[in-house]
Amino acid sequence: MTPLHTDRSYEQQLGHLRTAVLEMGGLVEEQIGQAIKALVERDHALARATIERDHTVNRFDVEIDSLSLKLLALHQPAARDLRLITTALKITTDLERIGDMATHIAERAVELADELPIKPYIDIPRMADLARQMLHRSLDAFVREDTELALSVCASDDAIDHLHEQLFRELVSFMVEDPKTVSRAMRLLFVSKYLERVGDHATNIAEMVIFMVKGRQIRHLDKVPREL
Amino acid sequence: MKNVAVAEAESLTKIGVRNLTVYYGAKLALESISMDVPPNQVTALIGPSGCGKSTFLRCLNRMNDQVPGVKIRGHVMLDGEPIYGPGVDAVDLRRRVGMVFQKSNPFPKSIFDNVAFGPRVHGQRDPVRLRELVERSLKHAALWEEVQDRLDASALDLSGGQQQRLCIARALAVEPEVLLMDEPASALDPIATAKIEELIHELKTHYTIVIVTHNMQQAARVSDLTAYFYLGRLIEHGPTEQIFTSPARQETEDYITGRFG
Repeated sequence: MTPLHTDRSYEQQLGHLRTAVLEMGGLVEEQIGQAIKALVERDHALARATIERDHTVNRFDVEIDSLSLKLLALHQPAARDLRLITTALKITTDLERIGDMATHIAERAVELADELPIKPYIDIPRMADLARQMLHRSLDAFVREDTELALSVCASDDAIDHLHEQLFRELVSFMVEDPKTVSRAMRLLFVSKYLERVGDHATNIAEMVIFMVKGRQIRHLDKVPREL
Repeated sequence: MKNVAVAEAESLTKIGVRNLTVYYGAKLALESISMDVPPNQVTALIGPSGCGKSTFLRCLNRMNDQVPGVKIRGHVMLDGEPIYGPGVDAVDLRRRVGMVFQKSNPFPKSIFDNVAFGPRVHGQRDPVRLRELVERSLKHAALWEEVQDRLDASALDLSGGQQQRLCIARALAVEPEVLLMDEPASALDPIATAKIEELIHELKTHYTIVIVTHNMQQAARVSDLTAYFYLGRLIEHGPTEQIFTSPARQETEDYITGRFG
């Protein structure tokens, strides 16, 4: 257990930073869930509400940036504190992008709501579940400083990539068979791509958690290490 | 013939310290410190008051010898030669390993005579050579531009920051190899501090520098290597960048992040 900072207000501000990152994470996680629900249930209102919420996510992004800058400027943080702050700065960029992905999914949901479905939604909700779980676990790893959990997130990115490829092939075959499906299939393909991107962002977050805890970069390695 | 690896390691070490233990009377001040100081690098010693960092610094040019009741065990090697060995002339050692203190302490003499003091003590009488040494030392200490027109003025008329740079020039005038600095900027304003720090960066091309500082940001800014001392022990020693971003030891981490228990 790390002892508390001698300067209590500094300790408190670091605590705020952690909490803000988590709140933002919780928000975008919910946003993904809502966007997919809006898509599957053809719910205009929910899709619009999801798009609206992006403003809140963006506000968090700005707030965390300015809190981090303030901490850097006023406290000259070092070691684990420095790594926490740089991690928060990078994580929020990923969270903000995930929020954007949710917004894009909701936009596609609005467009698809009035059209006939080309197929039942099976793989997309599965991908969405995987993506949300990855995000959830990466944020858990952040709170608990759990590098094992973070590593497992990095390892699960392949599953989501695999589903995306499968969906790609399937949707292409729809388009080849019946050109009338092209605009709908393309939109679904976008959704699949957005979810695949969510998985990538969650992986980025997990990699930053490993850096935050261990001070080691595992980003841009050819292979995810089995252990640290 | 020497083993190649050993020879190589020695060439990367200006000062080698092995199992250095120091007592002041019954009080243990340093406990079995081993550390290598590489040449032409800045090594910063950090740690809370009483941790032994100044004692360690002062052992490197035998400044502790005169302290009553001091006991010094272990080895300190300068270029592989023991400095506590028999027949080592402490005055000559201190010419090779110079020191700059927290409080600038110029002599109540002219600027010129302050810088020329050391070379004169060591027998330099040639006025041309002395003049060269004074000019070169003042230039190395980044003070020449400010004082070249008034070398005969009293050193005590200089500002605090200038006095400290004069003391650095005075230390450089005897052409040392190592410069020990004990909190050289702690009594200076931020501008004078920045000048000293800039100077440290320049000096390391010619000298090996060991600096004690209470200002951790200063250690981070000026040093290549950082050593963290606590209660007379060397807790961690490594590249400054690593110590300040991801130290290996929890104690170091707690100290540099300001978790003082």
